[in-house]
Amino acid sequence: MSATAHEPKPRVAVVTFPGSNDDGDAVLALAGLGAEPVPVWHAERELRDVQAVVLPGGFSYGDYLRAGALARLAQVMESVRELAADGGLVLGICNGFQILCEAGLLPGALRANHSLSFVCRDVAVRVERADTPFTRRCREGQSLRIPVKHGEGCFFADAELLAELEASSRVVLRYEGESPNGSVAGIAGIANTDGNVMGLMPHPEHAVDPLVGSTDGALILGSLVDAARESLAEHAAV
Amino acid sequence: MLVRPKPGILDPQGEAVLGSLRQLGFAVDDARVGRVVDLELGNGDREHVRAELERMCKQLLANPLIESYEIELGGDT
Repeated sequence: MSATAHEPKPRVAVVTFPGSNDDGDAVLALAGLGAEPVPVWHAERELRDVQAVVLPGGFSYGDYLRAGALARLAQVMESVRELAADGGLVLGICNGFQILCEAGLLPGALRANHSLSFVCRDVAVRVERADTPFTRRCREGQSLRIPVKHGEGCFFADAELLAELEASSRVVLRYEGESPNGSVAGIAGIANTDGNVMGLMPHPEHAVDPLVGSTDGALILGSLVDAARESLAEHAAV
Repeated sequence: MLVRPKPGILDPQGEAVLGSLRQLGFAVDDARVGRVVDLELGNGDREHVRAELERMCKQLLANPLIESYEIELGGDT
């Protein structure tokens, strides 16, 4: 008998802000990887019984003021903050990464690409940490091919913050070769101190089907689903 | 409120503007592009208004990691 047939699926919230546009792909990708995606509107206050939350890509509030600056004030962000504080998993993709930085859940800031051009293409990123809940299906040093599509993906940290990020090994993903946006130290994704909040500019949800060229994104989102499933089992056992 | 990229932070918009101004034949040494936020507040104690504007800049209008800001208070209207 298959053990997975009756196993409850981990619930992963996917938040839609006004201007999000990758929420649908995130929902599809998570469902395909065995999670139960829970679409959540930004004005909702509660995240009910979810083990993880994904803040998807897009252009929340038209990127007005600064990308992510207005979305971080959305009602749902209080619950995201609480989930993160309780050790729940939070993954911000592209605009979601920008929102997490503006919300102070991740350090640093994302600025206009050095080229001033919107970049939309597959990039290679190196896995610097394979022991996070978001990369456990990867190998350290593994090269992943995942698309980026952003105009403001240049990660900035001042010298002090960069030294701290490197010293505490919180750089999870780094662009291989020339970075597509001018990020300091080629940073493509970072985690918080506790390792349960991560942001990245590349879009794993766009790389889960061989039809579009790469399935490397499934390693990231699949890791998240695995970790969420473990968290669900732990809570059920209590 | 005048919000600017902090000194030392590369400003790609400023660089693009600089290049275009030079192309037009202007002798420009540097260009930085920021933003202006005009706010209207009910007339109140100027010190109180200034303190409120400071808080607005810190909490939302500027990102202190990458931007600096200046506050200019207009006259009573």
